[in-house]
Amino acid sequence: MVTTEPGRDNPAGAETNAREVTVMVNGEERAVAQGLSVAGLLAELGVEPAMVVVEHNRRILARDRLDATPVRKADVLEVVHFVGGG
Amino acid sequence: MPAATVADRKLVIGGRAFGSRLIVGTGKYRSNAEMVAAIRASGAEMVTVAVRRVDLDRGAEEGILHHLDPAEFFLLPNTAGCYTVADALRYAGLGRAAGLSEWVKLEVIGDERTLLPDTAATIEAARRLVGEGFSVMAYTSDDLIAALRLEDAGCVAVMPLASPIGSGLGVVNPYYIREIKRRLSVPVIVDAGVGTASDACVTMEQGVDGVLMNTAIASAADPVAMAQAMRLAVQAGRDAYLAGRMEAREIAVPSSPRAGMLDGV
Repeated sequence: MVTTEPGRDNPAGAETNAREVTVMVNGEERAVAQGLSVAGLLAELGVEPAMVVVEHNRRILARDRLDATPVRKADVLEVVHFVGGG
Repeated sequence: MPAATVADRKLVIGGRAFGSRLIVGTGKYRSNAEMVAAIRASGAEMVTVAVRRVDLDRGAEEGILHHLDPAEFFLLPNTAGCYTVADALRYAGLGRAAGLSEWVKLEVIGDERTLLPDTAATIEAARRLVGEGFSVMAYTSDDLIAALRLEDAGCVAVMPLASPIGSGLGVVNPYYIREIKRRLSVPVIVDAGVGTASDACVTMEQGVDGVLMNTAIASAADPVAMAQAMRLAVQAGRDAYLAGRMEAREIAVPSSPRAGMLDGV
């Protein structure tokens, strides 16, 4: 653990794990392990890839790219699915 | 053999045939079990769904695919809640990326109070989506010119409202609905505004190809019973349209013969 200056990754300037990066998932900040794939992130979130669609920095991420796509600092991810609607 | 007396063709939209002329939404139900039971009772084959964020605190179990089998129902993703062309394209793309089909129910709303469509934006979004290979079913106002432009844009179906979404006011402009149906070649599905079975029946009596509803069923005290009523009403209205109604006149005409009356009458 190291203490870092306040910034985008660390608004409070609190102690953070240097091996973590902060990303936005569905509008909320989350700290995730550096080098984690999007597929790995979904697994951490308990989300079944076949049931969702992922938008990565405003581009739709095909399911067969989830494994190969790393999550990077300040990435913006949207994880969506079908819900009831008219 | 059912007691059907009127020969009808199947509803064909974008080259795809549907046995039911009723399309239903999946929103506002009190439970997923009730939703599935109501959809089955409605006889609908095509059902609409919305695209929303997964609630990461609650897990993904509330996703509709956990409850509706795409092999049993044709799921039509919508762009509900979108107010701009860009948002509608984004939601349509996300819906398509789910991998079920290229179809989308396009909605671009222009006003929060009435949820009336922004027809100019809807036409522009329809053009773009058709260009990207989507099969577009476009929700629109009961405006003939907008409906014609949406057909020109390449929509597989044009869906004028009966009245505002969720209002339950029924068909406020039957003449406009009939004129849209008369002038378009693609299927015309009346989408939104039906409140009860008689509204669905009157809608189908205008000669349109189908009707799409959600709130009228989901917000009924007994959605399953109302879904059944809607199934029958859509069928009754369709049959009555095909049967050709009598001419209405503001004078009585006796149903029993005058001839053969007894002496002195």
